[in-house]
Amino acid sequence: MSIHTVINAAGRAVPAEINGKTATPFMGVGKHKPYGNKYGPVIPACSDFPEDGNKVVPTLEEALLRCGIRDGMTISTHHHLRDGDLISNRVFEIASVMGVKDLVWFPSASFPCNDPVIRYLEDGTINRIEGSMNGPLGRFVSEGRMKGTAVLRSHGGRVQAIQDGEVRIDIAVLAAPTADSFGNAKGTGGKSACGVLGYAKADSMYADKVIVVTDNLVDLPCFPMEIEGNYVDYVVVVDKIGIPEKIVSGTTQVTKSPDRLLIAELTAVFIEKSGILNDNVTMQAGAGGTSLAIAVFLHEMLKKKGWKSKFGFGGSTKYMVEMLEQGQMNYILDAQAFDLDSVISVGRNANHIPYSVFNAYNYHSKGNLTSMMDIMILGATEVDLNFNGNVVTHSDGYLLHGIGGWQNCLHAKNVILPLPLFRDRIPVIVDEVTTLCGPGELIDVIITERGIAINPLRQDLIESVRNSGLPLKTIHELKEEAEKICGKPSKATFEDKIVAAVKWVDGTVIDVVRKIKH
Amino acid sequence: MNNSLATSGNSGPKIRSDCEVVLELRNEGGVIIDLKSKVEVLYGESIKKQCLELFNYFGIRDAFLKIVDSGALPFVIASRMEAAIKQLTGTKLDFLPEFIDGNGYSTDRGNLRLSRLYLPGNTPSMMINAGLHHADGIILDLEDSVAPEKKDEARILVRNALRQVNFYGAERMVRINQGERGLKDLECVIPHNVNLVLIPKCEDPLEVKNIENKILEIKQQHGLTNPVHLMPIVETALGVEMSYMIARSSETIAAMAIGLEDLTADMGISRSVEGWETFYARTRIINAAKAAGIQPIDSVFADVGDMETLRQNVQSSKRLGFEGMGCIHPRQIPVIREGYGPTAGEIEKSRNIVLAFEDSRMKGLGVVALGTKMIDAPVVARAQKTIDLAIRLGLISTDWINDIQSEVK
Repeated sequence: MSIHTVINAAGRAVPAEINGKTATPFMGVGKHKPYGNKYGPVIPACSDFPEDGNKVVPTLEEALLRCGIRDGMTISTHHHLRDGDLISNRVFEIASVMGVKDLVWFPSASFPCNDPVIRYLEDGTINRIEGSMNGPLGRFVSEGRMKGTAVLRSHGGRVQAIQDGEVRIDIAVLAAPTADSFGNAKGTGGKSACGVLGYAKADSMYADKVIVVTDNLVDLPCFPMEIEGNYVDYVVVVDKIGIPEKIVSGTTQVTKSPDRLLIAELTAVFIEKSGILNDNVTMQAGAGGTSLAIAVFLHEMLKKKGWKSKFGFGGSTKYMVEMLEQGQMNYILDAQAFDLDSVISVGRNANHIPYSVFNAYNYHSKGNLTSMMDIMILGATEVDLNFNGNVVTHSDGYLLHGIGGWQNCLHAKNVILPLPLFRDRIPVIVDEVTTLCGPGELIDVIITERGIAINPLRQDLIESVRNSGLPLKTIHELKEEAEKICGKPSKATFEDKIVAAVKWVDGTVIDVVRKIKH
Repeated sequence: MNNSLATSGNSGPKIRSDCEVVLELRNEGGVIIDLKSKVEVLYGESIKKQCLELFNYFGIRDAFLKIVDSGALPFVIASRMEAAIKQLTGTKLDFLPEFIDGNGYSTDRGNLRLSRLYLPGNTPSMMINAGLHHADGIILDLEDSVAPEKKDEARILVRNALRQVNFYGAERMVRINQGERGLKDLECVIPHNVNLVLIPKCEDPLEVKNIENKILEIKQQHGLTNPVHLMPIVETALGVEMSYMIARSSETIAAMAIGLEDLTADMGISRSVEGWETFYARTRIINAAKAAGIQPIDSVFADVGDMETLRQNVQSSKRLGFEGMGCIHPRQIPVIREGYGPTAGEIEKSRNIVLAFEDSRMKGLGVVALGTKMIDAPVVARAQKTIDLAIRLGLISTDWINDIQSEVK
């Protein structure tokens, strides 16, 4: 079977049709203009719902049956319970027992705890996953064993797809640490607290049917409600929605690796010397060990200078919470809480504010938070000579990570990628990324332990650090340096079969992942 | 035991940037390579090609080779292969990887040696980025950090690292083993530009002499011109008593270090944080070194998680007269460098003294005064030393006098 592909604006061959639906090839950053109206779910009538507001049904099975679960439906879940999620797998276990086939799983992300769904991909319960895949799940897909084609989207791209109707959610199953019988729900409280439910909001608003699953039913009103009960069809009470110690990582840890600390320190010094750190700065850094170390260094700098960050955007961590509590950050706007300290903080600090993905990442919103951010610290598995970035596959071609908010965050003013020049023997800077996830025009600085490369499009940044004494190199020089140490790597080889499509933030197809050749 | 089977290197879940090689020589069947690599897709072919090149070099035509690779760089793979081949054939041939540009530098006897980072000689993952942490010296250790059965392969790995790893200007040091093995170590490493050799558990000036002669012999044999400095480490009660003799035993000695773990063990006492039990030994070493005009260097601080105690330790060490300390973790380096370097207050005071001295000299005055205080020559000399050290550490510019004058203007 030959696949009809077209060359998109990034020069990548992408299919014109994915899973039987027409797909638009990437047209360039900000070029795709949607038209028409946003998608709307079916109109409910309140007279169909209990007057006493009690929507509790005894089991998840019954709720799914009442939602009319049947072959080919799209079922969404969120990832706020992270690796402690007990609900997503359960949905497909039930569907499998019922004999339902060809479901589309539309998670906001998946974790290693979701590896058991491989069973339901194999037995035909699930046709495909449209969401991130790591570890064994990524391997399964890369080896071409999934029936449908995976679709990878950013957190913002997921909302975009929901809002413009590209993905129509039939049933959203939303695990909630606290909920009332009407379906109002939040991420704090109870034994499975995860902090916020930012990525579940769109699902609740746009799905035809919404099930809230909780292990902490409280009297109405569950307040402040992140999920509003007016969108919810059924509430299910279970013993446990998650495994607490796996929901939050307890404490996120600053890296202990001296090499990573070196990169973090160099990044902080770059941020200072380039002048992009200033009073009222806005910033975002992830929960990886290097990012956390950078946050600690930046916190010290702000303290020393007597400056404050106007706000930081979460994923929040205890290091961000420390800035908030010690007075170096005015607000944390938060889409997800990564550790226990931030879960506690969001529950008690009025300036630690749950913040929806609509306001932060979504292409169909009237503006976004990310483009207002001064400093954005991100990772990547590969960066190429044109500063293009890859976050979903490794150089060996296997699908191993989700996009998360990465693509959305590229719209910040200064996008900085602190990366080791090589991992073990694998160079991070390559001629051409294995999978294109983010166009180079949006990636400004690569900081490695052996030098800093600034995108030539950012002459202003180059100028700002010209006489700083920082180890500035071209990206070509960095690549050569790595290859001198590691040797020139061969490239992964692929078959023609497309196993996954990578969407850009606007819903167009920026690249594809093909089946690994053995 | 099977004499036709040799193993070298390391593998396991926690091993990175290394490989384990199991080699069996055969009489027929050609060379068979069984490769399991973390980087197989990207480097599988290149690893096999490299192995064939080594077999070819050593004239091996029939063998079964099993490699479990966790992302080893080419110089590591080459050393693991060579070690296995040497175990089985006893060949005297060496397979030398390219000596990279920039590894040929030499160092002065008076080089700063505030911080020297110890690297276990058989752990490649720690070598690759070691030079990035700005230690004054990098010590590739063949002695105590290498298990006895791994000594031979470590020697080859260290030799290859000296040729292929860029230490970015850090003084290239090797700690050799004691006795005969140490002399063999020298034969293996000296031809590859070692700036300084550390002599462990030194207690006899004759031993230093032997090592000096051996190095001289190797240098002549290979036509080497870069100086090779020596740093004896005193680690026994006898060594302490012999320290002045040791310090004076060779012109090539640049520094003398004390090793407190071994010393306290030798004396049958336990080592405390305050270190009063070794106070005599330490001051004796310092005095002997100063008398001989070389640098006294303090023992390593073992708790890599406790930077505060390290900081205090360095402060008292500096007050006694030590001019540097060994590091066993890169994060100790900045603490040690900062600790032995002059404080802002010391620099300020020294600047004022030197300026006052210059001022008096210009005015042709015989007496130097700072405020109401008279300053004599040794005070000026000490201030100048502090200024020199501050310049070398980059704390003030070489042109600090003019900088100050333009600031005033």
